[in-house]
Amino acid sequence: MAVLSEEQTMLRDMAREWTTNESPVTAFRKFRDLAPACGYDANAFKTMAEMGWAGIVIPEKFGGSDFGWLSLGLVLEETAKTLTASPLASSALAASALVLGSSDAAKATWLPRLASGEVVGTLAIDEGPRHNPAAIATTATKSGDGWTLSGTKAFVHEAHGAALFIVAAQTPDGVGVFAVPADLAGLGLATRKLTDSRSHANVTLANVKVGADAYLGGSDLLDRLLDRARIVTAAEMLGLAEHSFGVTLDYLKQRVQFGQILATFQALQHRMAELFTRIELMRTDVEAALAALDSSTDVPAMASLAKATANDTLHLVSREVIQLHGGIGMTDEYFIAFYIKRARVLENAWGSSTFHRDRYASLAGY
Amino acid sequence: MATAAKEQPDALEAFRSEVQDWLAANFPASLKGKGGAMTSPYGADSAGPEGTAWRKALGGKGWGTPTWPKAYGGGGLSKAHAAILNQEMARIGAWNPIGGMGILMFGPTLLEYGSEEQKLRHMPAICTADIRWCQGYSEPGAGSDLASLQTFAEDKGDHYIVNGQKTWTSGGQWADWCFALVRTDKSKKHEGITFLLIDMKSPGVSVKPIQMISGMSPFCETFFDNVKVPKENRVGEEGQGWTIGKRLLQHERTNISGGGGRMAAAMAQGLVATAKEALGTDAQGRIADPELRARIAKFEMDWRTFLLTTQRITQESKAAGGVSEVSSILKTVGTKLVQERSELLIEITGLQGLGWEGEGFSDAELAATRGWLSGKATTIYGGSTEIQNNVIAKRILGMLDHQ
Repeated sequence: MAVLSEEQTMLRDMAREWTTNESPVTAFRKFRDLAPACGYDANAFKTMAEMGWAGIVIPEKFGGSDFGWLSLGLVLEETAKTLTASPLASSALAASALVLGSSDAAKATWLPRLASGEVVGTLAIDEGPRHNPAAIATTATKSGDGWTLSGTKAFVHEAHGAALFIVAAQTPDGVGVFAVPADLAGLGLATRKLTDSRSHANVTLANVKVGADAYLGGSDLLDRLLDRARIVTAAEMLGLAEHSFGVTLDYLKQRVQFGQILATFQALQHRMAELFTRIELMRTDVEAALAALDSSTDVPAMASLAKATANDTLHLVSREVIQLHGGIGMTDEYFIAFYIKRARVLENAWGSSTFHRDRYASLAGY
Repeated sequence: MATAAKEQPDALEAFRSEVQDWLAANFPASLKGKGGAMTSPYGADSAGPEGTAWRKALGGKGWGTPTWPKAYGGGGLSKAHAAILNQEMARIGAWNPIGGMGILMFGPTLLEYGSEEQKLRHMPAICTADIRWCQGYSEPGAGSDLASLQTFAEDKGDHYIVNGQKTWTSGGQWADWCFALVRTDKSKKHEGITFLLIDMKSPGVSVKPIQMISGMSPFCETFFDNVKVPKENRVGEEGQGWTIGKRLLQHERTNISGGGGRMAAAMAQGLVATAKEALGTDAQGRIADPELRARIAKFEMDWRTFLLTTQRITQESKAAGGVSEVSSILKTVGTKLVQERSELLIEITGLQGLGWEGEGFSDAELAATRGWLSGKATTIYGGSTEIQNNVIAKRILGMLDHQ
């Protein structure tokens, strides 16, 4: 655990208490079975926004608390532990596009509403099932004062509830990033149901017209956004790994076979010690990457480091927790497999481990 | 407050110029960059008469162990003063000639558990490295299960008669004294163990070097045949040896993970450069073999994670005012990575990376071969990886003792 400020410790404890009491795993199951049209647990997100969490990375003058990325990461880690189906991460990433971007009009229009949780935003960058920001084919052509966008974005997370999409598209001068309201003519959704029961959709832009104010920045902005997406996703993954590990440890301490508590078997003890070690290393990278965002230090390499470590670690943990539970882990009535279903989605979002090792090496000049 | 805050930096700066003057007068320029002498069993003395003089000068001033108490031969410096000493030494390429087991493991333990007489007798020669110490812990039948050790010290009134065999005695053939765990009570396991200091020149002590797979003999078998040890050489009470010995192992584990860390940090830059040279690069400057490139990247990332974790644990320990329980993972992670790096280097350089001796290999290549082989020991000694995993499962995860 990083050394936290008093405010950060309070925030983390508040998030932990709230998820434990108000948003346990049973709440996720209920959400999954009800499958609301907005694609997230609206009551939970409303309460989270009331606690100020939607504005953690938004400046105070736009109604946020400007509390920083480590603080946001602490909350996401806690809410991920119980699989809370909230668009907190997606909305914070959309907000950061506006904060980092150059459009004052877009900031004024959207940031106060994102900070209060009145609306949800999300990133619409990738166009295929694998993360590949070098292959953006959606086009943005000048039309009058504004732009016309055409193309299809794939597997956009929280698309069903989003009022604002942050869209990457090719302009005549290279990649541009645009703020696109969801209610514009020509914008359509096609649901893509994935294992995690969360909101994903392909977003089609058919000659969608936006104003000049919708342009937020170029490829630099896109890179900064993607690094933020990688790092907050890794923070969520840390929560998944920690909690599924903890649940499994508790299970091994009470399950009896051959007249013995499973936790007393050395074969299982060493596997758990290995997982514990790996999760501690994962925590190091996730916290260091969040801190790197707050201090603007070496962010690209730290983002790739954190995401690759998070991918590899959660991959192993999510497999092992099912095996260590035995047959009960295979039943839908029990909840441990919810974690692997969410884990794989996040592993594939914003870059697999091979993507990030390649990127890390390139950044380091080899 | 303002005055105090102003005075302190002045005092530190005065100390800095004192250090500069003293180093100018005592550190021979010819020794600059010869700190590698410390890896020799003879330490600073292997750098010739000037090395010995430098050891006696710095050790005599207590600055080889700058923060240890002055009364026992240390420097008695605050951490801030010691940091200045380190900075000034680094600035002129001076190195600390005081090392070995006395400093790394035994000294801190004796400071904690030794009697006043023992500290006054043994610490000064540890601080000057005039006396070399070796560790008598492991036995042929007591490795990971150290507490099953059998070397017996029979009570003869004012002395003990010690019989038994120790093994993996690092530097036993060069040591003047041995700190050893012996059994004084056969009816109890852990509580029957006692911590003794044994003069290696005592009649009945003999050592036999063990040749290792690396070709080197850094360890010995040590035999005790009716060795007389005065009771004044017992540290703590009878039966307290396990507690004292375990404390000492904490110093050892810290040093193994940290030592491995320093070694690999010094080497880390070389891995990519070596790979570019041996494998070539493509038009974008990438290492030409994509699979090896990916594995090099994975190693470099894992290594960075390890270094960040040591930093994190240090910060957390400071903030919490105690050792973080997570520190138990550092030894297993650090040693595994150092071994992985050696294996990766061989894969990159091919047969050139397996040179044993003779023509056609650089000194660095030959050292890497020996380091690869001797490095296999790091996951075995100081508590093997399996023992560390037992400790994590039992102490941190609260899984019950295995059968």
